[in-house]
Amino acid sequence: MPCLLVFSEQDRCAFELLQKAIELGKKMNLEVAAAALNGSQGEKFRHRGCARVYTSSQELLQPFDAFVYAQALSQIAAASQATVILIGSTRSGKELAGRLAQMLGAGCLTDCQSLEYEKEGLVATRNAFGGATVAAQKLTTRLQIYALMPYLCEPAAPGKAEGEVVQVSLDLKPSRIKKLKKTPKDLGAVDIEGAEVLVCVGKGLAKPEDVKIAEDLASALSGFVACTKPLATDLKWLPESRIIGLSGKKGKPKLAVCAGISGQVQFAVGIREAKTIVAVNTDPNAYIFQMADYGLIGDLYQILPQLTAALK
Amino acid sequence: MDIIVCVKQTYDLQQVRIRKETRQPVFENVPLTLGNIDKNALEEAVRIREKAGGKITVVSVGPETLEDTIKEALAMGADEAILVTAPKLDSIESALSAALLAKAIGQAGPFDLILLGEGSTDNYSGQVGPRLAELLDLPQVTFAKSLHIEGRTLRAVRSLEDYLEDVEVDLPVLVTVVSEINEPRIPAITQILKAGRKPKKVLSPEDLEIPIGKFGLQAETISNLAPLQNRKGILFKEGAKNIPALVKALEEEGLLRR
Repeated sequence: MPCLLVFSEQDRCAFELLQKAIELGKKMNLEVAAAALNGSQGEKFRHRGCARVYTSSQELLQPFDAFVYAQALSQIAAASQATVILIGSTRSGKELAGRLAQMLGAGCLTDCQSLEYEKEGLVATRNAFGGATVAAQKLTTRLQIYALMPYLCEPAAPGKAEGEVVQVSLDLKPSRIKKLKKTPKDLGAVDIEGAEVLVCVGKGLAKPEDVKIAEDLASALSGFVACTKPLATDLKWLPESRIIGLSGKKGKPKLAVCAGISGQVQFAVGIREAKTIVAVNTDPNAYIFQMADYGLIGDLYQILPQLTAALK
Repeated sequence: MDIIVCVKQTYDLQQVRIRKETRQPVFENVPLTLGNIDKNALEEAVRIREKAGGKITVVSVGPETLEDTIKEALAMGADEAILVTAPKLDSIESALSAALLAKAIGQAGPFDLILLGEGSTDNYSGQVGPRLAELLDLPQVTFAKSLHIEGRTLRAVRSLEDYLEDVEVDLPVLVTVVSEINEPRIPAITQILKAGRKPKKVLSPEDLEIPIGKFGLQAETISNLAPLQNRKGILFKEGAKNIPALVKALEEEGLLRR
C-alpha cells in the first residue's frame, strides 16, 4: 500500500514530520512509515502512530552521511512503496533531499514552511526571491520529496498503537568522505527556533560588550538573544548559532524584540513568523517598523536598559 | 588544479520592490547580477588557483542576458566561461539546472574540483549541488566554511546548524560553500576590461541533447506574492518615555510572565 515516509536525523524534527504525516495520511488515505536510521530512533518511533518503522543497524549508517543515507532512503522508499517523502529541512536534511531526489527522479521542495493537502493535491509554501515573496508550490512528479522546516508543528506524542518494526538489509556503497571531528559551535547553544521570547540585535550595537544590554532584557523576559548575520559572521560578537534569517534560523517566538535592526529581508524572513514583534530603532523610516506590532523610535542604549528595569 | 565554478544569474534582490496593491514583486529596471554566495565560491576558486595554479572555468545556465552578466565572474578571476543559454532558461527548476550543468561540465574537460554556493540568492533551494554530485557520481561536501587542499586531498570545515564538522576527501569532489568562507573581491577596472576578451563558449540545450521542452517539469507555482503582514503597526514616537505604554500593551497581550 502506498505510503508517506518520514525521515530526519534529528529526533524532535522526525517526530514533527511524523505528526504532519499522520495528519496528511488521514486526508490522503495513505499509511505512514518512518525510516529510523539514527541509532536508537527505532524504538522511539514505535508508539507514535506510524504503521511501520524501517530500521537498520548497518555500520555504514553511522555517522550520518548524505550519500549513504540517500541510498538507504531510496531503497526504503521502494520497499515501503512511498509516494511522498518528508525530510527535515536542516542543513543535513537539505543535502540529503537533493541527492535523494536526483537518485529517485523525484521532484523536491526544500525549506517548506507549510504543507497542506488541498483540492489540487499537496501544496507547500516556501520563501522565494530571497524571502521577498512566499511561493505556494506543488510537485507534479509521481514521487515527491518535501523538506519541511523544523518546528512546523508539534511532535507526535508517544502512547499510540504499536507500529511494526521492519529490519531492512540495505545495499550501501560507502561514502568517500572521511569525517574527522565535530566541534560544537556554541557551548552555551540555545534553542533559538523553539524559544518563546527572542531579543534580536543588529548593527545598531556599537561594541561587543554591549550585547549585555540585550542579554539583560532577554533574561528579564525569560528569553534568548539572537542576532542578524553580520553581527555573528563579520563581527563575531555572538556565536553563529544565534543567527536569525534566510541562511540562519527561523524563529517563531511569541514575542520578538528587534533592536538596532533595519529589517532587511534577509533578516526579516527569520522573524516574520513571530506572534508579536517589537521594534526599537533610531531611524523612523527603518523597514523594521513596517513589520512591527509595536515600534519605539529611539536609541536602544536608552530604551533596552529602561525596558529591562520596567520589567523587573 | 582545474576548478569548475557553477554560478547563477539573478536579479539584484536588494533592488526588488513589492507593489503594495498586488503584493507582487517588481523587476522592471532591476539589474541582473550573479548570486551572492556564487561569488564566494568563485573567490575561493581564485584563492586556490593563486596557490596551486591551474584554470577556473565558470559554468552557468540561463537566458541570453547571461552573456553579459558572466563578465562579472570573468573579471573576478575566472579564466573562461561555458554558458548554456536559451530564452526559456530563466528561473528553471533545480533538476533541469543540474542536468544542463552536468552536460556543460562534460564539455570543460577534466577537473579536480567543482565549487558552488550552498544555495542560490533567489530560490535558495540548495538542490543543485547535491543533484549535480549525484549526476556526476562525485562525493559532496556541503556548507563548507573553509577549504584546504594538499596534493590530491581536500580538507573542509563544514558549518552545520550547531556544530562544525571537519571532513577529508580525495579529489575530484563537489563542494558547496557558505558565505562566511571569504570576502569576494571587487574586480579592478583593468580586470573588467580584460573580462570581455576571455574565452566564452555559448551552447544551447539542444547542443547538449537536452531539449528543454521535453524535460519533465516537476513543480507548479500556484502563487508567489509578498506575505501578508497582519501587524498592529502601533508606533511610539517618544522613545524611552513610551516604555510604560509598551509594557502595558505587552502585558495586556499576556506576553509578560510576571
